[in-house]
Amino acid sequence: MNKPFAITLDVGSSLANKTGSWRTQRPVYLNRKPPCNHQCPAGENIQHWLYLAEEHQYEAAWRVIMEDNPFPAVMGRVCYHSCEKVCNRGQVDLPVGINSVERFLGDQAIKHDWQVTPGAPTGKKVLVVGAGPSGLSAAYHLARSGHAVTVLEANDKAGGMLRYGIPKYRLPREKLNAEIARIKKLGVDIQLRTRVTDLSATLAAGHYDACYVALGLQQGRLEPIPQQGHLPVLDAVSVLRAVELEESVAPLGHVVVYGGGNTAIDVARSAIRLGALSATVVVLEARDQMPAHPEEVREGLEEGITLLNLRKIIQIQDHTLTLEIMVSGEGRETLPTGQTEAVHADLLVQALGQAGDYSLFSSLPQEVTIQNGAVLVDQKGMTSLAGVFAGGDMTPSARNATAAIGAGKKAARHIDRLLRGAMESACLPQELADIRWMNTRYYSDAPRTIRPILDIVRRTSGFAEVVGNLDEDTALFEARRCMSCGNCFECDNCYGVCPDNAVIKLGPGNRFKINYDYCKGCGICAAECPCGAIRMETEQI
Amino acid sequence: MSHQPVKFYQTGTFTVGNRLLDESIRSVQATKTRSNSLNSGHRACQGCGEALGARYALDAAMDVSHHQLIAANATGCLEVFSTPYPETSWQLPWIHSLFGNAAAVATGIAAALRIKGRSEVRVIAQGGDGGTTDIGFGCLSGMFERNDDVLYLCYDNEAYMNTGVQRSSATPPAVRTATTLPVGAEPGNVFGQGKFVPTIAMAHGIPYVATATVADLFDLEYKVKKAIQIRGAKYLHIFVPCPLGWGAASSDTIKLADMAKECGLFPVFEAEHGKVTGVSKIRKLIPVEEYLKRQRRYAHLFGKSPATDVISKIQARADENIRMYGLLATDVR
Ligand SMILES: Cc1cc2nc3c(=O)[nH]c(=O)nc-3n(C[C@H](O)[C@H](O)[C@H](O)COP(=O)(O)OP(=O)(O)OC[C@H]3O[C@@H](n4cnc5c(N)ncnc54)[C@H](O)[C@@H]3O)c2cc1C
Ligand SMILES: Cc1ncc(C[n+]2csc(CCOP(=O)(O)OP(=O)(O)O)c2C)c(N)n1
Ligand code: SF4
Ligand code: SF4
Ligand code: SF4
Ligand code: SF4
Ligand SMILES: [Mg+2]
Repeated sequence: MNKPFAITLDVGSSLANKTGSWRTQRPVYLNRKPPCNHQCPAGENIQHWLYLAEEHQYEAAWRVIMEDNPFPAVMGRVCYHSCEKVCNRGQVDLPVGINSVERFLGDQAIKHDWQVTPGAPTGKKVLVVGAGPSGLSAAYHLARSGHAVTVLEANDKAGGMLRYGIPKYRLPREKLNAEIARIKKLGVDIQLRTRVTDLSATLAAGHYDACYVALGLQQGRLEPIPQQGHLPVLDAVSVLRAVELEESVAPLGHVVVYGGGNTAIDVARSAIRLGALSATVVVLEARDQMPAHPEEVREGLEEGITLLNLRKIIQIQDHTLTLEIMVSGEGRETLPTGQTEAVHADLLVQALGQAGDYSLFSSLPQEVTIQNGAVLVDQKGMTSLAGVFAGGDMTPSARNATAAIGAGKKAARHIDRLLRGAMESACLPQELADIRWMNTRYYSDAPRTIRPILDIVRRTSGFAEVVGNLDEDTALFEARRCMSCGNCFECDNCYGVCPDNAVIKLGPGNRFKINYDYCKGCGICAAECPCGAIRMETEQI
Repeated sequence: MSHQPVKFYQTGTFTVGNRLLDESIRSVQATKTRSNSLNSGHRACQGCGEALGARYALDAAMDVSHHQLIAANATGCLEVFSTPYPETSWQLPWIHSLFGNAAAVATGIAAALRIKGRSEVRVIAQGGDGGTTDIGFGCLSGMFERNDDVLYLCYDNEAYMNTGVQRSSATPPAVRTATTLPVGAEPGNVFGQGKFVPTIAMAHGIPYVATATVADLFDLEYKVKKAIQIRGAKYLHIFVPCPLGWGAASSDTIKLADMAKECGLFPVFEAEHGKVTGVSKIRKLIPVEEYLKRQRRYAHLFGKSPATDVISKIQARADENIRMYGLLATDVR
C-alpha cells in the first residue's frame, strides 16, 4: 500500500462504468425510403443520385439514374416530375428542382459521351415491338442483362410519341437521338419501317424466347360533331406527326383546338409557332380541372394561346363553331346551361384522346385480354399469354413517358427472371421517410433556382427549346438543397450531440455505429438526425 | 449572429459536421480526434444538457489551446456525475474546488502559471448556475474586477439540480422547484427582479462576455475559442436544459435550448469591454407558450384553465429581450 493519506483506491477512468445498462430504448440506424423515390414512375433512386451530384460526382450520379432510366436528358425535359410534388423540401420552402438536375446530368452525359456496357451474353433472344420510350426502356434493360434484343418499329425513326407527339420546342431532337443512339450502342438491334402485323408469326420466325409489346396509342380519336360546310377537322396525333415531318396539314389561319390535355396545348403552341393567326383551346372542364400540366398551360398562355374553359362544341356551320357554355357540377362533372356562343375557325383540331390497334395479337394461340381499349397485364407486366409482356400507353397506366419507361423496366426485370429461371426475391417494403421523422431545423433556407425561361419572343418564333438549362453552379446548388430524406448524409450530428460519446464515427462513406456499452438511450441522436435515419426501439429486457 | 456562418445551401452550419464542407471549417465535435474531455461512463442523467455543453466547451478549449488546459470545477452535477471517487471522466488536468470558490481557485492556478512563465497554459473555471450566480458570485466578481486570466464557464440549468432541484437566482419566474412549489396565489417561483449574470459581468468591463446554448454548436465553439485566446477575465454563460429538473423528455434537450433562444427568453449574444458586439438573431420566432408547454416545471400554467396572465407576463419578458438585444432578423445592430 503505497498511497497518500486517506486514499485507499486507485484512480480510474469512468469507462469502467458501463452506463449502457440504464437504457430502456436503443437507437438504431436505418434507411427510410424518400418520398421522391417512392413517387418516381420510373423508380429512380433520386436521393442517391442527388447525393452524388452534391459531391460533384456527376458521372456516378448519372450512372445511378441509368440503373433505372435510360433517358435522363429526355426526362429532364418532358417528365411531369410528380416526384417534386411529394418532395419533403416542399414543406420547408420549395421542392428540390429534381427535374432540372436530371436534365443537367443527362446533358453532361451527352456532352462527355458517357456510355453503358451490356451484360454478359445469356444466349436468349427477346423481341420488342415498338420503339417508343417503353419499348426502348425494356430493350435497354434486357441488353444490360445480356439478352439479344431486336426492336421492330413501324415508323421511320425510333422514339414513338417522344418524336411524333411531343413538339421539338419541348424536346430537342438531338437529345432524343443521342439517348436512343446510346441504347443502340449496347447492341440493341432496332429495325425501322417494320410493322408487326402477326405477332405469332414474327415470334416463330425469329425464334424469340420472350417478347415485350409496347405499341402505344397511335390513332387520334375524332368525336362526331354535327357539321355543315367544309371546315377541315383533324385529330391532334396526325397534326403533330405532320409537324414533326414538316408536312403541311391545312391552311392555318384561326386554329381551334378541342381538348384539355397536354396534347391540346402542344397543338396550340405549335400552331402559334407555325404562324397561325390565333390558337384557341376549347376545354370542357374548368381551368383547375383540366388534365393539362399547369406549367404547360401557363407557358402556352404567355405565348398567346387563348383558353376557353367550360365550353362544349355542339355544332359546326362552315367556319363558325357553336359552343355551349357549361358549369362545373359535382366532382369532375360539367353540366350544360343551354346558353351558346360562336367562335370563328379556319381549322379544328380534336385532341380528345387516342386509340390503339391490337390486330397483331389476333393470330396468337390464346386470346389477349383487352378492356376499355387497353391490354390487361398482371403485376409483372405479362399479358394473359405466358411469355408475352406488354406495357406503356397501351396498358392501363398513367399514360406518360415516365410511366412507360417504368413499365418497360419492370417487364424487363420479369422477362430476365423468367429466362434465367430465377426465383422471385422477396424484398421487405421500406418505411417511408415521412417528414415527421426528420428535423428540418438543420437545413438552412435557400430558394429554388428557377430555370431561366427563354424570353417569349424567341420562343414563339421558332422551335427553340423553351425551358433553359442549369449551369453547373446552379445545378450543384439545387442538388444540395436535397435533404437526403431517410438516408444518412454524414452530417455528424448524431456523433456530435450524444452527451455520452456513445456514437462512433467510422469515417467518410462508412457512417456511424452506436456504442451500446455507454448509450443511455436518451434519444437525442434520433431527435437531432436531420433526415430521420435513426429510430428509437424499445429495449427487450 | 456572432459567429458568421459559412453560406451553405443544403445544410447550414447548423449541423455538427458536413461531408461537403472543408475539414477546416467543420466543428471540433465533428472530428474523430476531438479530445472527449468529458468521457463516456459519466453518471449524468439521460440526455443531460450540462454533460453535453461541458464536452462541447472543453473540447473546443482543448483544441484551441493545443491541450494546454487546466480546469477548476465547482460542486454541482457536473462535478458529482463526472468524478465519483476514484473514477473520473475528465481527460484533462481538473480540480474540484468547493461549491462557491471555483473562480478563486482558478485565479490561484492562473497566478501560479504566471509566476512559472507558463503563458501557453490556459485556465478554466466552471460551475452550475447555483455555484456561479449565488454562492460563487463574490469570488467571480473578484476575478472579474482583478481581470484574472481565466475563462469562467457557467452551465445554466436554472436551478440547484445536484441536490434535488432547488431554486437559484437563475431560476425563471413561475417555475416549479422543490422550494418553489406550485401552490398559493402565485404558484412557482416569484417574479423577482431577476439576476442575469452576463450583464453583471459586462458591468465589470471585462474583455469578453458571451452567452450560448447547446443548440448552436458552431456559435458555442466560436465563443470558447475566441475567449481562450483573450488574456484577462472572460465569462461564458451556456444554456443547458436539464431533463430531470425541468420535467422534459430526455430527447428534447437540444430542442428546448433552441426554443428558448427562438422565443426570446434566452438572448444569445457576445460583448467586449462591456458593450454588446453581436447577437444571434431569431430564425423563426415562436411564442413562449410552445417552449413552456414541453416542460413539467411549467405544467401548473396549463391544464384545464391555463394561467394566461402568467404566460403573458413571461411573454413580456421575452419581448423585452427581443427589443433590448435586437433579436429579430429585421433589427439592425
Ligand atoms: C402530344 C403529346 C405530348 C406528350 N407530352 C408528354 C410529356 O410532356 N411528358 C410525358 O411524360 N408524356 C407525354 N406524352 C405521353 C407520352 O408520349 C406517352 O405516354 C409515351 O410516349 C408512351 O410510350 P409507349 O412506348 O407506350 O408508346 P409510344 O410512344 O406511342 O410508342 C409506341 C411505338 O410503337 C410503334 N408501333 C405501334 N404499333 C406497331 C406495330 N404493330 N409494329 C411496330 N411498331 C409499332 C409506334 O410506331 C411507336 O413508335 C405526350 C403524348 C402526346 C401525344
Ligand atoms: C457550501 C456548500 N453548500 C451546499 C452544498 C451542497 N450543494 C452541492 S451542489 C449544490 C447545488 C448545485 O447547483 P448548481 O450550481 O446550479 O449546479 P447543478 O447541479 O445544477 O449543475 C449544492 C446546494 C455544498 N456542496 N457546499
Ligand atoms: S428532399 Fe431530396 S430526398 Fe427528400 S423528397 Fe426531396 S429530393 Fe427526395
Ligand atoms: S444520444 Fe447517445 S446516449 Fe442518447 S440515445 Fe443516442 S447514442 Fe444513446
Ligand atoms: S445525424 Fe447525420 S450523421 Fe447521424 S445518422 Fe443522421 S444524417 Fe447520418
Ligand atoms: S440533474 Fe440535470 S444537470 Fe444533473 S445530471 Fe441530471 S440532467 Fe444533468
Ligand atoms: Mg444548476
